[in-house]
Amino acid sequence: MCPQWPPGSRRNARKKENRMEWLTMERWSPYAVGIGIGVLSWIAFVLSDKPLGCSTAFARTSGMIEKMLHGRKVLDKPYYQKFAPEIDWEWMLVVGVIVGAFLSATLSKTFGIEWVPAYWQAAAGESAAIRWIVALVGGVVMGVGARWAGGCTSGHGISGTMQLAVSSWLAAMSFFAGGIATAMLIYRVLL
Amino acid sequence: MLTGIHSRKGLQLVVGLLLGIAFGFLLQKGGVTRYDVIIGQLLFRDFTVLKIMLSAVLTGMLGVHALKSLGLARLHPKPGSIGTSVVGGLIFGVGFGVLGYCPGTVAGAVGQGSMDALLGGVVGILIGAGLFAAVYPKIQSSVLNKGHFGEITLPELFRVHPWAVVLPVVALIVVLLVLIEKAG
Repeated sequence: MCPQWPPGSRRNARKKENRMEWLTMERWSPYAVGIGIGVLSWIAFVLSDKPLGCSTAFARTSGMIEKMLHGRKVLDKPYYQKFAPEIDWEWMLVVGVIVGAFLSATLSKTFGIEWVPAYWQAAAGESAAIRWIVALVGGVVMGVGARWAGGCTSGHGISGTMQLAVSSWLAAMSFFAGGIATAMLIYRVLL
Repeated sequence: MLTGIHSRKGLQLVVGLLLGIAFGFLLQKGGVTRYDVIIGQLLFRDFTVLKIMLSAVLTGMLGVHALKSLGLARLHPKPGSIGTSVVGGLIFGVGFGVLGYCPGTVAGAVGQGSMDALLGGVVGILIGAGLFAAVYPKIQSSVLNKGHFGEITLPELFRVHPWAVVLPVVALIVVLLVLIEKAG
């Protein structure tokens, strides 16, 4: 054993390692994660006067892409007058989600290019093309639904229900009703 | 209310980015950036999504209403109608079941390397949002306004003090979580 100086530094090093271990863990308790998201929403309300949400950023991005392709007349569309195609707080939030998930996956060494999720592969086969088409169709329907309902699982499901908004409780229940029925149809009937 | 901070645009973009990084980190550590976990919830095989959402709503609800009572925050309930919340919600649900991610977790899935999220989910949601912007003027006055009730909250609907709804909902969530743990 090598002598350590100052005395106890080896133990301190191990203590520090233990303290940082949670950063490299693959999964955290769902309750710790939920409480963390709840605390983030307090910070968002105090520092930004805004509820956490993600789907408006997709509508703004879609408008930005349309503007690039078709020019400024896109801005005349009534929907883009309501939600201007520009980078705002929520847009940065969604970019942050990508970065944060990348950091988390990298720290726990779980980052990796995956074409077909395991559960899908077990039921539907390993074709990346089929999974891609299904995901694309699902994404289109979700994109329409999120804007139709005025929010998504974070904006309505978490931020809206915690504010006790009637619209959000109805929307969140509808998200899960539609989602459960569709998943059951796919996995119990079609596959 | 920190209104001085709220009006500083550049600062707000940085706050949004930092909150997003923390949010994405939590979503990935919670496992909900994975298709398998979300589909597992919809098939009642894995209750991670519900555990995270219910504890987030419980924590958030207590804090946000306390902040509001202290005058440090104000609420932003979204407006709604049967035509938007229920019809739009069901359409979203169909997409949710087919895609297996939602607009927040799909971004997190991109961050961990899921290509079906990047090339399928993100591209699809962008196309869907664009389609909605195109049909919006046609359905605005018909479907979207059906059963309009505005930005109302449950305490306003029942005409009671907000805490008279917050506390029973907290109790309900605790009971639900205990039941899920017992069943799981």
